Amino acid sequence: MADFFGVTLLAVAATCCCPTCCCPTCYICPENFVNKPLRFFRNTPILPGFSMSFGFSTLYLSLVILLPISALLVYVSGMSWHQYLFAITDARVIQSYKVTLTGAFFSTIAVTFVGFLMAWIITRYEFPGRRLIDSLVDLPFALPTSVAGITLSALFIPSGWLGRWFDVFGIKISYAFPGIIVAMMFTSLPFIVRSVQPVLEDLDAELEEAATMLGANRWQIFWRVLLPTLMPALITGSSQAFIRSLGEFGAVIMLAGNIPFKTEVTSLMLFVRLQEYNYPAAAAIASVVLLASLSLLFLLQIVQSRLFRKS
Amino acid sequence: MSKSIKRPAHWHQWLLIALGIALTIVMLVMPLILIFAEAFGDGLASLWQNLMQDFMRHALMLTILVAVITVPINLVFGILLAWCVTRYDFWGRRLLITLVEIPYATSPVVAGFCYLVVYGLEGAIGQWFYAHDMQLMFAWPGIIMVTIFVTAPYIARILMPLMQKQGTEEEIAALSLGASGWQIFWHVTLPNIKWALLYGAVITNARAVGEFGAVAVVSGTIMNKTLTLSLLVEQLNNDYKTAAAFTAAAVLACMALLTLLLKTLMEWRQQKREESIDIDAAEGITL
Repeated sequence: MADFFGVTLLAVAATCCCPTCCCPTCYICPENFVNKPLRFFRNTPILPGFSMSFGFSTLYLSLVILLPISALLVYVSGMSWHQYLFAITDARVIQSYKVTLTGAFFSTIAVTFVGFLMAWIITRYEFPGRRLIDSLVDLPFALPTSVAGITLSALFIPSGWLGRWFDVFGIKISYAFPGIIVAMMFTSLPFIVRSVQPVLEDLDAELEEAATMLGANRWQIFWRVLLPTLMPALITGSSQAFIRSLGEFGAVIMLAGNIPFKTEVTSLMLFVRLQEYNYPAAAAIASVVLLASLSLLFLLQIVQSRLFRKS
Repeated sequence: MSKSIKRPAHWHQWLLIALGIALTIVMLVMPLILIFAEAFGDGLASLWQNLMQDFMRHALMLTILVAVITVPINLVFGILLAWCVTRYDFWGRRLLITLVEIPYATSPVVAGFCYLVVYGLEGAIGQWFYAHDMQLMFAWPGIIMVTIFVTAPYIARILMPLMQKQGTEEEIAALSLGASGWQIFWHVTLPNIKWALLYGAVITNARAVGEFGAVAVVSGTIMNKTLTLSLLVEQLNNDYKTAAAFTAAAVLACMALLTLLLKTLMEWRQQKREESIDIDAAEGITL
């Protein structure tokens, strides 16, 4: 830490006096500062407030985010391997991984299409109700998940407004596996729309015009010009939707019926273990969920920086 | 707004729009209508009676308390973190940006459980608090703590791209004119991010009010004590008090609609602001 503060002090000193000239403008051009010993700062800080903002943010991140998460990992490390493996490979838990993953997979695919369609019509066409749809897209985000849960389950029960149409074909949605997909789709819809929308808005009309001039038909333009441009945003949006769906709890448990071995998601298994006061087993499951979502998050960060650097 | 926006001309474009509208109605409008239909289903008198129940009033007060404490704390954190990662380039900057995303990727139940491990009776810190007669878990402080965790990323995530885009030129100009750090913040930075900041506060508030999974773990669901509105919805639904559950849901849906309204308004203001900045910049060049 002392070394770190030494570096900061050096950096502040460097901003105070420019080594090559005395003009104030050279604060802005980094070429004037080739300070080899400065390793901590890539660019010499100019504005005041670094120690306060950096100190507070890191302290806050450590206390609020890192401490509880590492506490869980420490708690798990106190368990024996046998105990740990037993807790996470329980048949009911294994089945819940399968349910969660398949549910998240199908809902992400479905919601990617739905979200893409909505983003497309909002950004491309002028029609009555466009702005209303644009605002309503964020509803799943603003509506508490438990409210979404009871509402969707009331909507999709066989006597419900939408469930009766599915009932005609003998499809059961509420309190069955499709309910999980519906709940996940609802809660992750804004992620797709909001990541695709800005890219669609920034898309140059000239790009399409050029393709048309070169004789491309509408499908060719879509597949060869639009889709490659939109791909990074689509991937980001759908991975966010997927991560979100894996952890979704409120809406899913109220819609899934929670039949053991059939419609129990992993978050619910964790909750069940907690209510049995079986903390070690709960911690083991929680660590699996946590490590899965954290590795997905880091993977997404890496993929994102690659994709956006390329485009 | 996009330049390529146009009136639909072909039938297939109308078909796409019709499909989009149909999906919006099925996925978003019908649930909303259903909530209010169920809440008003037994008439106004019973709605009023449900609203005036003790547990409803208590849950509402607790929910407001949680939001009132959570939002300012995360507001300060969001500003400081966004300032730190957009105004300086230092080793570990990307790491900070990634770390703040953790709550966003963590399953809420896992988040709640992590707090239970630290501050519950299982952990040393929790035992210390218990020995000093402070119960954090299964009480309102625990609810606030997990809500702070869950809502930590939102303001920072909204501010970071905006402040990155706006750059530091105006602030450096203020500094060269002799402004102090606080003066720069109050008179230069804050006016530029004002609407985005309010927007972030609205979003954080919505999440704080609606958080379910994490709160469910640490609340202990004690009627009239540790039930927030969103927990109450589930609790009443489990007790087959459907009308009361939908009354609580309708209160939350009203808050959600207000959130959407404010959000739309603020996005529009921020856009205006950026456009006017663009115009000012363009005029500056021509002059």
